[in-house]
Amino acid sequence: MSSNRRFPDTVTGPFDGPPVRFTDRAEREIEIRAYDGSDREYERLASMYDEFDPADRAQGIPPSDERRIREWLDNILNGDCLNVIAWDGDTAAGHATLVPDGDASELAIFVLQAYQEAGIGTHLIQALLGYGAESGVEKVWLTVERWNQPAVGLYKKIGFEISDSESFEMEMTIRIGGDDDGDGGDDGGDDGGDGD
Amino acid sequence: MRILLGVGGSDESRQALHRTVERAVLAGDELTVAILAEVTEDRSVDDIESEVNTVLEENGLDADVRRIEGNAGSELVSIAEAEGFDRISLSGGTTSPMGKIQLTSTAEFVLLNSHVSVTLIR
Repeated sequence: MSSNRRFPDTVTGPFDGPPVRFTDRAEREIEIRAYDGSDREYERLASMYDEFDPADRAQGIPPSDERRIREWLDNILNGDCLNVIAWDGDTAAGHATLVPDGDASELAIFVLQAYQEAGIGTHLIQALLGYGAESGVEKVWLTVERWNQPAVGLYKKIGFEISDSESFEMEMTIRIGGDDDGDGGDDGGDDGGDGD
Repeated sequence: MRILLGVGGSDESRQALHRTVERAVLAGDELTVAILAEVTEDRSVDDIESEVNTVLEENGLDADVRRIEGNAGSELVSIAEAEGFDRISLSGGTTSPMGKIQLTSTAEFVLLNSHVSVTLIR
């Protein structure tokens, strides 16, 4: 399983962590912030998933009924996971999460239908990868349905590489921290952030 | 209905075993349990077989129990087709840390290749 997953040798980044503010392609002011653990943000996120179009589900998530949504959120909003939320005022427009999986983390991202195709997904993933790198995450993987070319294209643009295309779902990986293999190749532009 | 149930060593397989045996008792299915040596995870075939027998006894069900060597998916399909089973049942995959449903390679092979109906148990 995770032990034989292939990750790129080269570190991609750096990415800017949250908070990130930008104007989306529909002229909405969007702010991406790390989930603060409050009931208020939890409830707004639960509302976002209540409204989520079932056609945009991926491999069974988000679940479609409220009880299962809350069970799932309880699992991925716990202390070990990293979560960022894109806010349009008080409305949760999108959410991306990193869930620990051994020495790597699994990534997923969801953008509410009304906010899709506005550039929010790109910013969300970049902010999450920045947050992950700041928090010591080095390797990230995800799965995506192979027919979902817009998503595959987005992940590639950010720097993900296809690591397994033999299953139903395509698996993609990225390295955002840790030493490159070998000693010669610091091709990154900055100091590598080996920090605190 | 004649059902061929494939079981390996995963927790999902254990759940599939319980569900299928309970259904067989209710529906009067004729059940054959195939223990898949290729996908025992870190358990032994003996260990899985003794658990299968325990579950069958607890539910008072008589079933044929076999050990299957070789490629789990192709063997299940071959046996089901050669012996006229009505249905192949097996666990419907695993879930990732995120909660995403993932098909095992065995389930994927059976779904794509079987001419016999397939039930994935969740």
